[in-house]
Amino acid sequence: MRSSLIIVSFFILGSLLGYFGVVPTSFLEGDISFYALGALMFCVGISLGSDPETLKSFKKINPRLLLLPLLTVVGTLVGAAIVGMLLPGRSVVDSMAVGSGLGYYSLSSIFITEFKGAELGTIALLSNISRELLALLLAPLFVKYFGKLAPISAGGATTMDTTLPIIMKFSGKEYMVLSVFHGFVTDLSVPFLVTLFCSI
Amino acid sequence: MLLGIGVGYLFRKRNLSFISKVITVLIWILLFVLGLEVGSNPQIVSNLGKLGVDAILITVGALLGSITLAALLWKFVNKTKAQ
Repeated sequence: MRSSLIIVSFFILGSLLGYFGVVPTSFLEGDISFYALGALMFCVGISLGSDPETLKSFKKINPRLLLLPLLTVVGTLVGAAIVGMLLPGRSVVDSMAVGSGLGYYSLSSIFITEFKGAELGTIALLSNISRELLALLLAPLFVKYFGKLAPISAGGATTMDTTLPIIMKFSGKEYMVLSVFHGFVTDLSVPFLVTLFCSI
Repeated sequence: MLLGIGVGYLFRKRNLSFISKVITVLIWILLFVLGLEVGSNPQIVSNLGKLGVDAILITVGALLGSITLAALLWKFVNKTKAQ
């Protein structure tokens, strides 16, 4: 939670400095964000590849439950597409690009800004932050009305870090490995899905 | 990213804990730059309210979609267990 607050305050600080014209906009014309994004993807790759223990523990999961990340992605995209159809001024594909952030707001907003501009990037940031917040706050309701898998699905790509403790509390400790697996797979799919929906 | 996975696997026995710090700092920089872009764009600033509403609506759609499918899988798994 603290790290999320720090991340959001960097965004707010940037907005204020940009709004009051403290930092010249010529700063934005360079390729800083492109190179930083490349470096970021490289580092995310390193941290995933260097942890084979996590991968091994996934073998213990009930094979039917391995479907959960796929269902999360499909459900998210269908839901986002329907909202995109109903919203005036937003295309279905833009809406699906935002949805495919799956709660991974830092990465998805950065990608979408790079491909589609800062307006949709801001929507992606707000939308995916609110997904994480709602997943944290509504976890008990999700368990009650939609079963123990619902908080994991709602958490999207955050279920291996920020929302993991809440899921273990309301769904039960036995869902920890599934939750980490779900977060791992959806996390990995975010850059691919976002790029896909930005390039359609 | 795939290149990074390969590099990470090769160096898995080394201490790579600094990588997560690098990731955090890169995310700070990138969101700071996104903030700069948003703040210096008057069109976005004046529409922030509508952007927020759109964002929440997309989230609600995405959440309802994913938890509905999760509920179906939950029922399916429990039914097969009972048999």
